[in-house]
Amino acid sequence: MSTSDANPARRAARGTGTAAQRSAEHRRRRTRTLAAGVVLYIVLVAVAAVFLLPYYLIARNGLSTPAEITSPEWTLFPAALQWGNIAELFTGAGSQMATGLRNSAVVAVLQTGGQLLVCSLAGYALARIPYRHADAVFYAIVATLMIPAAVTFVPTFVMVSSLGWVSSLRGLVVPMLFSGFTAFLFRQFFLNFPRELEDAARVDGLGYWGTYWRVVVPNSLQFFAAIGLITFIGSWNAFLWPLVIAQDSQAWTVQIVLSTYLTAQTIELQELFAAAMVSVAPLVLVFLFFQRYIVQGVTETGIKG
Amino acid sequence: MLLDRPAWAFWLFAGPFVIGLGVFSYIPILWSVYLSFFEARNTVAPTEFVGLRNYAQMLTSPAFLDSLLTFTLFALFIVPTTFACSLALALLVNQARWAQPLLRSVYFLPAACSYVVAALIWKLSIFNGVRFGLANTVLGWFGGDTVAWLSVTDPPWYWLVLVTLRLWLQVGFYMLIFLAGLQRIPKVLYEAAYVDGARKGWTTLRHITLPQLRTTSAAVLLLNLVAAYQAFDEFYNVLGSDGAYPPYARPPLVFLYYTALGSGQDFGRGTAGAVILALLIAIVTLIQGRLLGFGRDRT
Repeated sequence: MSTSDANPARRAARGTGTAAQRSAEHRRRRTRTLAAGVVLYIVLVAVAAVFLLPYYLIARNGLSTPAEITSPEWTLFPAALQWGNIAELFTGAGSQMATGLRNSAVVAVLQTGGQLLVCSLAGYALARIPYRHADAVFYAIVATLMIPAAVTFVPTFVMVSSLGWVSSLRGLVVPMLFSGFTAFLFRQFFLNFPRELEDAARVDGLGYWGTYWRVVVPNSLQFFAAIGLITFIGSWNAFLWPLVIAQDSQAWTVQIVLSTYLTAQTIELQELFAAAMVSVAPLVLVFLFFQRYIVQGVTETGIKG
Repeated sequence: MLLDRPAWAFWLFAGPFVIGLGVFSYIPILWSVYLSFFEARNTVAPTEFVGLRNYAQMLTSPAFLDSLLTFTLFALFIVPTTFACSLALALLVNQARWAQPLLRSVYFLPAACSYVVAALIWKLSIFNGVRFGLANTVLGWFGGDTVAWLSVTDPPWYWLVLVTLRLWLQVGFYMLIFLAGLQRIPKVLYEAAYVDGARKGWTTLRHITLPQLRTTSAAVLLLNLVAAYQAFDEFYNVLGSDGAYPPYARPPLVFLYYTALGSGQDFGRGTAGAVILALLIAIVTLIQGRLLGFGRDRT
């Protein structure tokens, strides 16, 4: 700071003209921008620390001894990392954690794969196949977007229970496959797909089915990845539908297991946090590795939603 | 080949989806409307037609009206704060020349967390109401007394717990949407303004940035409001304990859950409630869409 303060004075003393004054003005402005930049980054880093705080709490509590968690003096980090807390989850008698994780993984993978398949096919038909009643089908799909999915959980539960699918994998996965919103997003995407590619495939003698699988899908993988990741995250973290459907503990997803421990508080704090850590770790990894597609998916789905 | 005829191909592609949508959306919705006119406790094949009685009972039930009031209060807290925080954060991040992708990732990371896990952290670590909780530890540093955040209703500190939880989870998400909006604003507009003598900062923010973000802002408000309306996970996990739920702070879905799927299994009134809530949200969506021109200039 002192040099920039001194500079104009020195220049003025030398009695130089407007060019020097302008240069001094320029320097002063640059100092101000620099100061603003420092303040900006202080704010940004402080906010980042606040955003990471809950993750720190999960890790700290999950790897502490019970005494460290309940100590009146805040312990910043556990004296020794208690990895045993995690092992305890899987070996402890009556622990639901392993079942929950397995159920969540199966449900999330099937739901993501199934939804991508069914909804992308429908979206392609709506975007590209000339058919008399296509508009009617499209409006029937758009109409379902007006009703938020969560409000329909009672009707859908009534349906699923009369099919006898309560507490089953089918009940968890199948009703969630037919997302009007995902089909809509695929339609919008395929409307902008370059027609020349499809025309070339036609010339080569491929029908609709062949064109779709050999040309359209291989050229749309990035979009599939973006939508797939958003679906996977939503499915892994879903709570209301599994709570309604998975009534037997055999069908519990990891979120239901955590919620049961949490609301009943039947488990030691450090184990509860270790369980939370295990449940959130796969998604944090997914976020770190596929950031780009997820950001694309969010801006794509968020804006059009 | 048969499948190359458009009509056949169309149904080959769209058939599974249309059947699924019929079975898991249309039939349940129509069935629900049907059930809502019947006395249907513990059954989905009722026989006793009661006309509009379920609707009348719902609309005059203090618990149902209370749930709408709870939602309104929650929305009044959460919608403006989320909007302001995510917009402010997007504006700041947009200015960051250095490490922007890293910062963006950090702010977006809470979205990886489920509401259940967030509820666990908030309820048992930050706001657990005893001395070793983080909030009380921090209060202690400044000589404050221990506050029982979740077990008192006067003052209703549980709102602070619920609002900060949701704020943490969703600010990064809406920040991304704002950031995408900001990066779509043509740079020329700012350059033209500077030539006209506008100063960087408040003037350009008010006259260029905010008007250009109109559609994005409308989308964020609407998404946020609909999300608040459907709040369930954090209420259930923060305030519920061992299958019981306090008589206050029940948002609509929590109320619906206990009516239709609780011990009563009252599908008649449960579905009537679902129909009312669906109509309400559809009306709000339409009105807000009309007022803010949501999505009109987007393809």
